[in-house]
Amino acid sequence: MPPATASPALSSPSPSPAAPDKRLRIIDRTMRLHGYASHALIETLHAVQEAFGYLDPDLMRYVAGRLKVPLSRVYAVATFYHFFTLKPPGEHTCVLCKGTACHIGGAAEILRQVEAMLGVHAGETTADKKISLMIARCLGSCGLAPAGVFDGTIVGNLTLDTVVNKLQEWRSHDADHRKSAGDCENRDRCP
Amino acid sequence: MTLTIENLQEIAKTETDVLESYRYRINVCVAAGCLSCGSDAVKASLEEEIRRQGKEKACRVRAVGCLGLCAVGPLIDISPLNVAYQGVQPSDAPDIIGSLTGAPVSRLLLPTDHPFFSRQKKIVLENCGIVEPERIESYIAAGGYEALYQALRQMSPRQVIDDVTASGLRGRGGAGFPTGLKWTTVYKAQQADKYVVCNADEGDPGAFMDRSVLESDPHRVIEGMAIAGYAVGASRGYIYVRAEYPLAVERLRRAIKQAKQLGVLGENIFNTPFAFDIQLRLGAGAFVCGEETALIASIEGRLGRPRPRPPFPAEFGLWGCPTLINNVETIANIAPIVRRGGDWFAGIGTEKSKGTKVFALAGKINNTGLIEVPMGTPLREIVFDIGGGIPAGRRFKAVQTGGPSGGCVPAQFLDMPMDYESLKDVGAIMGSGGMIVMDDGACMVDVAKFFMEFCMSESCGKCVPCRVGTAQLFGILERITAGDAKIEDIDTLKELCDLVGAASLCGLGQTAPNPVKSTLRYFENEYMAHIRRHHCEAGVCAMGKAREDTA
Repeated sequence: MPPATASPALSSPSPSPAAPDKRLRIIDRTMRLHGYASHALIETLHAVQEAFGYLDPDLMRYVAGRLKVPLSRVYAVATFYHFFTLKPPGEHTCVLCKGTACHIGGAAEILRQVEAMLGVHAGETTADKKISLMIARCLGSCGLAPAGVFDGTIVGNLTLDTVVNKLQEWRSHDADHRKSAGDCENRDRCP
Repeated sequence: MTLTIENLQEIAKTETDVLESYRYRINVCVAAGCLSCGSDAVKASLEEEIRRQGKEKACRVRAVGCLGLCAVGPLIDISPLNVAYQGVQPSDAPDIIGSLTGAPVSRLLLPTDHPFFSRQKKIVLENCGIVEPERIESYIAAGGYEALYQALRQMSPRQVIDDVTASGLRGRGGAGFPTGLKWTTVYKAQQADKYVVCNADEGDPGAFMDRSVLESDPHRVIEGMAIAGYAVGASRGYIYVRAEYPLAVERLRRAIKQAKQLGVLGENIFNTPFAFDIQLRLGAGAFVCGEETALIASIEGRLGRPRPRPPFPAEFGLWGCPTLINNVETIANIAPIVRRGGDWFAGIGTEKSKGTKVFALAGKINNTGLIEVPMGTPLREIVFDIGGGIPAGRRFKAVQTGGPSGGCVPAQFLDMPMDYESLKDVGAIMGSGGMIVMDDGACMVDVAKFFMEFCMSESCGKCVPCRVGTAQLFGILERITAGDAKIEDIDTLKELCDLVGAASLCGLGQTAPNPVKSTLRYFENEYMAHIRRHHCEAGVCAMGKAREDTA
């Protein structure tokens, strides 16, 4: 990554350079609310991640320019904190909690099996970009251990079966969805 | 228009009158625990059913905070019938509404004389499950913001601090530093700009006390911070809250907005010259940010790395200004102390540990959930009476308190009183209140390894003893659990524990060896069995399983 701090005018964030992105306004608003102060960096990166799902290099450059902080510092903050991700997430996200109560409740074994099933490690996305598997340090839902978050919804008292079912549901639901959209690869099985 | 005490009383009266105009108030828990079991759907179906049976004038459904017993959610309780239901499903709504005038629905009944409820003493959690967290009127009806009025209009800052000092309250974040002393230091600092920071970066895996307070009673935290601001002479406050708690963040945002609209935050609060403003700052998933100098760095938008102390934040904190940093639970104790006096608070608990403590019961225990008990309550009472004992007829082995900075308390200390000193004596700490119960299916070496892995990956990397030491310790523990260790490794382990503890820069590294030291102290035989006989008694470590498979 080049160390230069791009000026705001030069940086057109990548996802859709042609059309001005509405999501950019949310980020601008956050920075404006904090008076473009350099201490708003973490708040701004939260806004970026919420709007775009991850921290895109061009967007980091954009934020660096606007807040007048070195790009190296933006990158340092983005990689220091676990909450931020530099990779685009998959269509669905499965977060398994690895807190103490969940560990005692057998979360490690569930994680191991799910990693094997999806063929990815925690923190990665499946090759078909369908499912991101993440771990959380503690969701604070220890009363429901082992717990996880499936596309933003907390689910408690997980077993290997419930997790596997959920993941398969995502896969097959999306297959149905494609079918109905007439985008099915297996033509003879489409209605 | 500035708010007066009459306005406050009027709001409280209107709220109470409206509530009492309903014959039945159905309180549905909408804290994260019950929400994830579908309590929002339960609430919707209860409202629908009330409309269907035409009982809108007699029944009101209220969204309240945590009722405590997360294990059997979704929970609802019906006042004034004093009936509580557990594991309620949306399909139960017709029976529940239909039975209001008759006998309760027996299949859902949760006995309210259950020891889980009757043995508790609630101060911090007194409003949880009673007030509606998303409505400031509900908090005011429960006596909210009266303490702030009292402090601002009837007490000098010095008197407020004297009350807090007299209460004997100690920091609930883990270290147990006397709160009054901390406040006095910030109060005495001669600088115009001062800050109050609420540490809501509850990073200890296995602890959810702060989350529940923030979700169930956010105004309590706001009121406590405003009182603290008045006492130490600060006009700005920050709440540093974990981004992993979206519901708490949402409710805090709403609560701050309501407080500003009403005028309990802002300029000239209660017609006094005192002004106070609160902003939220989101953490971004770094355990080390619970350490106060790292937390300050993070609020300033920098890497969450600690710096040497002194100077302490009370003298040189946020942007170089004197800063008061208190944990959520500490701040939640302030309003009751001001309202009822420091002496009242000092009458609860033990000689050196005053008041109550909120514990998050989790792990291998029947009644998982949130409890609040007087300091000094015996561990046995917490685990077996309130907690309902160990599931599946298994044997109690130990509890882990204080998470990755704490230690384990084995069965021989079950009758020990839970207070700061007793816990320290047995090599554990009070910590923030996470209490993980382990049965005989837990391998203590694996537990130590689990916490060391946590500390290793959460080490910020600034100082060598912590960055390198935790990795070395983890390596040895991994060898032990894989059956590849030598007996000399135990000596290296002990030596490294002392080194990392003594030489690390901040609390994270200084306390990281604690779980190892404490498990070595009480369960050295398990370490030996792993090393000498390649045997994991609990069958957790892979080599134990491998042996069983080949047997």
